[in-house]
Amino acid sequence: MHWLRIDRYYSSDMTIVKGKEDGSFGSGDFFDAMSHPSDAPEVSFQPVMCQHCNHAPCETVCPVAATSHGQQGQNQMAYNRCVGTRYCANNCPYKVRRFNWFKYFDNDQFDYNMNNGIGKMVLNPDVTVRSRGVMEKCSMCIQMTQATILTAKKEGRAVAEGEFKTACANACPTGAIVFGDINNKESLVAQKAEDDRSFKLLDFVGTKPNVFYQLKVKNKQEA
Amino acid sequence: MAHYEAPIREPLILGDKTYHDISNDIAAPVEGKANKWWWGVFTLALICFLWGVGAIIYTIGTGIGVWGLNNKINWAWDITNFVWWVGIGHAGTLISAVLLLFRQKWRMGINRSAEAMTIFAVVQAGLFPLIHMGRVWNGYWVMPIPNQFGSLWTNFNSPLLWDVFAISTYLSVSLVFWYTGLLPDFAMIRDRATKPFQKKIYSLLSFGWTGRAKDWQRFEEVSLVLAGLATPLVLSVHTIVSFDFATSVIPGWHSTVYPPYFVAGAVFSGFAMVQTLLIVMRKVSNLEAYITRLHIENMNKVILVTGGIVMVAYLSEFFIGWYSGSLYEDFTYLSIGAATGPYWWAFWALILCNGVFPQLLWFKKLRTNFTVSFIMSIIINIGMWFERFDIIVINLSRGHLPSSWTQFEPTFVDVGIFIGTIGFFFVLFLLYARTFPVVAQAEVKSILKSSGEYYKKEHH
Repeated sequence: MHWLRIDRYYSSDMTIVKGKEDGSFGSGDFFDAMSHPSDAPEVSFQPVMCQHCNHAPCETVCPVAATSHGQQGQNQMAYNRCVGTRYCANNCPYKVRRFNWFKYFDNDQFDYNMNNGIGKMVLNPDVTVRSRGVMEKCSMCIQMTQATILTAKKEGRAVAEGEFKTACANACPTGAIVFGDINNKESLVAQKAEDDRSFKLLDFVGTKPNVFYQLKVKNKQEA
Repeated sequence: MAHYEAPIREPLILGDKTYHDISNDIAAPVEGKANKWWWGVFTLALICFLWGVGAIIYTIGTGIGVWGLNNKINWAWDITNFVWWVGIGHAGTLISAVLLLFRQKWRMGINRSAEAMTIFAVVQAGLFPLIHMGRVWNGYWVMPIPNQFGSLWTNFNSPLLWDVFAISTYLSVSLVFWYTGLLPDFAMIRDRATKPFQKKIYSLLSFGWTGRAKDWQRFEEVSLVLAGLATPLVLSVHTIVSFDFATSVIPGWHSTVYPPYFVAGAVFSGFAMVQTLLIVMRKVSNLEAYITRLHIENMNKVILVTGGIVMVAYLSEFFIGWYSGSLYEDFTYLSIGAATGPYWWAFWALILCNGVFPQLLWFKKLRTNFTVSFIMSIIINIGMWFERFDIIVINLSRGHLPSSWTQFEPTFVDVGIFIGTIGFFFVLFLLYARTFPVVAQAEVKSILKSSGEYYKKEHH
């Protein structure tokens, strides 16, 4: 379960200053600005990764069932089953799937540190290198989820709150990304999901995403 | 056998042909030698075909990245060409199956070549779902084949899987139907053949047809049964192709009007391709007596009707998109956003080629003119290609999130593969025109005394 606070992302206030100068801002009418974004351009940084839909459009269209729903609610990709029709990517309303158009490793035409033994040492050993012609996507760091679950299982206990995070949640210095168990009502992410500011991206499409965002609230008077 | 037909109806066979003349005329291209025009066009088609083969090998060897696709527009020319070729195939089945059930005698002059076109077009179509796969060498995974991989099975929810069954059923039924019709005609060529090798080949091809009354009785029965089987396919195949789009959640694709509209569009484009081929063929193979002005006019009428259905669908898509009040619908392939956006040329090519120009066929003078019909058929072929391009590329280029709005530009590989399939199609068709009886002469003979020009005059 993901929770993203757009307001904690860094964004430049250059546009706001400019907007104030040329008069397109400053009316203070928040809802007008929301309904006509082109009249009042503002920049908000909103990262969009796979929304791990519970009713995923990508899953139904794959002819070989290479993408399916996992037990923890993730939308999972079986790379070695994928034949590369790219139908899933087309049918994704968030357009978050990425295709391996070429062979990117051991290929002199691409320099992604995957052409020699030393370079390959930067790669995550827990994740397979995908071949040409397969689709890929955010797995919500399934390798970390699995490792945590297995450790807890070996120790005969439940997975504790905050025991693991996705790589993006780990990396974000402002805590804009929170990962957790939505079924655990005590967890931070479950509380955030209940928040009034919580919304799902393109909710009306009916994809029932597992990722929640929080509406960015701006104080226009002081900005 | 020959039913009476009113003399006022236009004849379907011109001149004072006898049964023997018909045999001579139909066997002539098979028995004669190819002229330099045939060799010229064949060489050109072969070069295009080989270019396409090269482009396909390059794609499979290097990766789909050699096409102009990107992570937002994951299909473009590949699926455009697929739908275009499948659509073209529909006319052959409609002419041979549906018109047989409706006892339309005019189908007899054109059904053989129309069905050949169907089969050759479906062969081209079938190429694209294969080569558009990132890992074509694993393509057989889309077939529900019992396997040792574990519990892996195909996903029966996927419209792409329905396509696999729809297209393969269509190809096999069309092939059987076409071949059944060919049996008496192959036997005719066999009986006339003087060279032993040719005789041997056509003996094998004609499955030992002897022309007994029982043969004919079974032939008629099988034709009727196969026509009954093929008729639903005319409707089902393009319906299922349209499901690739209609069942999705993408604005512009997610549309309930797609199945009937795709079927009408398929017949529309298919008849255009039949016109393109037959208007040339009747001249080159001296078939003016069998493929007449009336045939061309009748096909133009079908084009008018199906083109009208397509135009109504365009208008309703445009209107409903606007009427929905949804911002996302403002950028679908039939919207103000498309008409004025970066793909304005594709939008207007669609409207002009499919909607405006075909209306000229309302004039009898124009729809009975061979040159006009030929030019019109080319225009419609282009328009219908753009229809599929617009549906796929414009809709994918303007998704829900403006951050993923993008453009598609074809590479030389995209172009090469398309040109290659056109080359392949003409290679097959030109070989067919020299080795197959291109008119169903056994059927045409059955209407000679009722619909032949000479006999109609005698009745008077």
